[in-house]
Amino acid sequence: MPRSNLITSENDIEIGLDLAGDEEEEEEEVSTLQEEQRRERQRGRRRDGDRERKKRKNDRSRETSTAGEGEEEEEKRERGRRRREKSDRETEGRERNTEGNGRGKSGKTEKTRKNIKNEKTRKMEAEEEEEAGERKTKKKKREERTKEREREEEEEKPKLTEKKKKKKKKKKKKVETSSEQESSEEEENQEEDKEEEKEVRPESLTPEELEKLKEAVDEKKKLIQGLRGKPWPMKKKLLTLRESQEFVEKYEGALGKGKGRKLYAYKVMMTKKWMKFQRDFENFKTACIPWEMKIKEIESHFGSSVASYFLFLRWMYGINMILFGLTFGLVMVPEALMGRPYGSIPRKTVPRAEETSAMDFAVLWDFGGYAQYSVLFYGYYNNQRAIGWLKFRMPLSYFLVGVGTVAYSYMVVIRTMARNANESGVGDDNSFNFSWKMFTSWDYLIGNTETADNKFASITTSFKEAILEEQESRKDDNIHLTRFLRVLANFLVLCCLAGSGYLIYFVVRRSQKFALDGLENHTWWERNEVNMVMSLLGMFCPMLFDVISTLENYHPRVALQWQLGRIFALFLGNLYTFIIALMDEINLKREEEKIVKFNITMWEASLHNATESENSTAATVTIIQPADVPRGPCWETMVGQEFVRLIISDTMTTYITLLIGDFLRAVLVRFLNYCWCWDLEAGFPSYSEFDVSGNVLGLIFNQGMIWMGAFYAPCLPALNVLRLHVSMYLQCWAVMCCNVPQERVFKASGSNNFYMAMLLVILFLSTLPAIYTIVTIPPSFDCGPFSGKKRMFDVIQETLESDFPAWFGKVFSYASNPGLVLPFILLMVLAIYYLQSTSKSYKEANVELKKKLQTQNEENKKKNKRAALKAQMDLEEARKAAIKTPEHQKNNNASVKVPEDGDEQHRGSQRQNNCRNGRNLPPPRHQEQPPPNTRAPVSRSYHYGNQGPPGYLPGHPRHSEPRMCRAPNLQRH
Amino acid sequence: MGTTASQLGKDLLSEYQELTFLTKQEILLAQKRFTELLTKDEKNLPNTRVPMERILTLPELKSNPFRKRICHVFSTSEQKDGSLTFEDFLDLLSAFSDSATLEIKSHYAFRIFDFDDDGTLDYGDLEKLVNCLTGETDDTRLTTEEMRQLIGNILEESDIDKDGTVNLSEFQHVISRSPDFVSSFKIVL
Repeated sequence: MPRSNLITSENDIEIGLDLAGDEEEEEEEVSTLQEEQRRERQRGRRRDGDRERKKRKNDRSRETSTAGEGEEEEEKRERGRRRREKSDRETEGRERNTEGNGRGKSGKTEKTRKNIKNEKTRKMEAEEEEEAGERKTKKKKREERTKEREREEEEEKPKLTEKKKKKKKKKKKKVETSSEQESSEEEENQEEDKEEEKEVRPESLTPEELEKLKEAVDEKKKLIQGLRGKPWPMKKKLLTLRESQEFVEKYEGALGKGKGRKLYAYKVMMTKKWMKFQRDFENFKTACIPWEMKIKEIESHFGSSVASYFLFLRWMYGINMILFGLTFGLVMVPEALMGRPYGSIPRKTVPRAEETSAMDFAVLWDFGGYAQYSVLFYGYYNNQRAIGWLKFRMPLSYFLVGVGTVAYSYMVVIRTMARNANESGVGDDNSFNFSWKMFTSWDYLIGNTETADNKFASITTSFKEAILEEQESRKDDNIHLTRFLRVLANFLVLCCLAGSGYLIYFVVRRSQKFALDGLENHTWWERNEVNMVMSLLGMFCPMLFDVISTLENYHPRVALQWQLGRIFALFLGNLYTFIIALMDEINLKREEEKIVKFNITMWEASLHNATESENSTAATVTIIQPADVPRGPCWETMVGQEFVRLIISDTMTTYITLLIGDFLRAVLVRFLNYCWCWDLEAGFPSYSEFDVSGNVLGLIFNQGMIWMGAFYAPCLPALNVLRLHVSMYLQCWAVMCCNVPQERVFKASGSNNFYMAMLLVILFLSTLPAIYTIVTIPPSFDCGPFSGKKRMFDVIQETLESDFPAWFGKVFSYASNPGLVLPFILLMVLAIYYLQSTSKSYKEANVELKKKLQTQNEENKKKNKRAALKAQMDLEEARKAAIKTPEHQKNNNASVKVPEDGDEQHRGSQRQNNCRNGRNLPPPRHQEQPPPNTRAPVSRSYHYGNQGPPGYLPGHPRHSEPRMCRAPNLQRH
Repeated sequence: MGTTASQLGKDLLSEYQELTFLTKQEILLAQKRFTELLTKDEKNLPNTRVPMERILTLPELKSNPFRKRICHVFSTSEQKDGSLTFEDFLDLLSAFSDSATLEIKSHYAFRIFDFDDDGTLDYGDLEKLVNCLTGETDDTRLTTEEMRQLIGNILEESDIDKDGTVNLSEFQHVISRSPDFVSSFKIVL
């Protein structure tokens, strides 16, 4: 009988091996096995029960059997799992055997395999024995055997699991282990690796194993990628990295078979190369970011807020580069290369009257003369539909570039805003006001002692302010006076705004008069009055506002916002007055144009008459030069010129104020300080601070002017790029050499989106007039790419008609039909409404969830408190009981301190048991009657341990942790 | 003495790149700055430790109130003297670099703020932290009453489980919602 049993058991294993590839089936098999065994056991138990009824011998054994039932099942499953694993190993080994290379290096695995096999067979034997013949044997014996098996398995378990882990080389486990253990383990691992390397040949691997290996390799790769995000010391990281790389390298090549293997190796190699390339590219990209080092230097001297201005400047520079690329590449260069050359037609020639002064520097500086009749301005472009051998559609390109620049700017600004909102949107709530002040207020970039001192002071004030605000809402001593002063301040500011607006309007009107008279008769000031006045206003009004705002006595942050808002209003008012004045001028020019048009027809008629009279057309053609042809005033070019002049003068004022206000001041303060009656550095003039908000505003308005004028002067983005480039260097230099760190150090990120929002508003406001002029005013009749058309956008219509097939035009006309457009707009509005309402509901849900969390938190706290109190009561009872039996204490005092760490888990489980059994259970009963747990001695030591340290804190409720059963933790404190 | 590039080695350089948030240029710069801190005979030895006093002469750390804590946190020295090897120095720069993640930044921030290295921010830690932030001078220092109030408020806000201390997860929770932690927790060479 035993022989056959042995065979069947072998078969069993064989089946297990065969099915090793398929986990599911394996599992099924295991479950069926379990099923069988359970049935068998049940049968046995029934028999046992009968026997017991007869004998009623030992309670203890029954107890264990009932308790052990669940465990047994668990065990079975465990065994199944292990068997699967083992079978893996065995397949490995077997295949190696079949390969026939009897190398003796596989010792370790082989041995374990044998061991496992032996054990297995033994176990199987036992089972079979049970099944077949041992029905009459006593139950005790069987129990003994199961216990034995248990022990065996428990011995076996760690071995196997360790094996498995080693094979997979799970790093997670390693993280937990201490470094010493790790190093030793690593050595082991490496040994194992070597073994495996010899053992594992790709040909001999089963698909499952391959899969596993692949998984392991992937895991390694992931680990390598995530390694930099781990807060380990470098040594550990390096070790891990090297190992895992070694592992990956070792096994990556081994994966795949034959042709697939080659492909795989190739793929691996390519990914490696690709990674390297990516890293190099990343390095290259960071090296290419302009001014990175400069900005970092400033950052370390002045903190992040000053640096944020320069970051903004750089961002602006990027946008302008793209705008410049668009206009330069698609408008200016094609026109210069392929358009008709200079002097071929009237609009491309300097008129006879201006020819003498066209090369004068003063004229060129004003963008008159040759500059006016060049690709820089709208008027130079011809209305020829297609130019050059490329048949480049010049007017269309001009129009589309104009639209494209605006569209691109909108896109970029909105995208950036959205990103900023995403980044900072989370931190909107004020729930961590103090903690943020505490944990995040230091700017680690500050490397300058002076800045650091300022930062200390500002942090202290912010702390004090926060405390004050927390204590009480500050009471105003004289609310009426403050109110009066605030109203007065606003009134004054309004006066300033109105005055500056009127001044600009007046100046523009005056300049028109001068222009009518002819510019030559006037002084330089009179010619540049408008721009100078605007720049000066932009310079001095903010200072005035600053003075006025001291009246108001606002909190600095609020004051800053008011200040920014006022400057914004000033600039906007100025800009719009300027535009309105410009509109007047446009209308004037158009009147003039009408007259000129009439004159031209007259002139042409006279010319015609002359030719008729002379009867020699050829002669007249040669006589009339393009320069002599009378022409209209071309308002578009005029607008473009105005904007260009404005930009130039603005730039100049900025640079000059920088030089005078910062540099000269710094020089004077520095050197006159030696021979002055008071301390200049600490006293009145001192050094200037870098005014972040003012500079950002200046930049924003400058950009607004670019957007407004770019359509009529394609050179504007180029000019702006130049300006930004220069001011980057100039301002960097000025900041580093003549500014002092700010007294109030503001955070950069808080106002980031504020500036962006301003930029968006300016973008909108500056595109408005441009669009208005494009849509409503007909283009000049003799200059620009759209001459001869009724409206500028007719160029689209024209293109549709002539360049696209007929059906397309039809489709387009249908699509632009109001009947289709209106529903579409309606649909969009509905979509917006829908999205907004959903976002609102999400917000509400968020708030709800927050509330829920809070209430749950509170409940937990209450529960903890209750639990802690109960535990305390329990403990006291226990102590009382313990005092009654002091001799126990004496006996066990020595053993109290022994179970420190190892028993902690046991204690925890013990405590949990206590909790579940009801906390009111007095501990003395535990002592007399240990709970149905095999770890009784531990529980005893635990109870004595409670009394050990003399002065423990009895259940301080605040110390309780969220978990119910951890309360007794405290006693060891 | 060889040049910095040859000293670092290509493989090691790429490994450092893999393991830190720094780019190649930044690592080389760090190497340069670090060798400047070494004395002549130390330069020839591999893996030298630079004592904390010399590290603190770096202008980037000079005015930082947490400079000593930073050195202690990143030091792997067994004497707990805050001395740094080059690798420790790289770790420091990596954690404070632009592209480091919030997790790693907040982890190190917590350890920097944890003055007694016991794994939680208790009252004493917070008090020291406030004193660091308000500077050494007497006119900026808070009074005891103010301090008590301030720390009370902070614990009220961020001590979620109400055990009287702020632990790492609570700290990370608070930090993760702050708008400007990542932008200000930076040190660049």
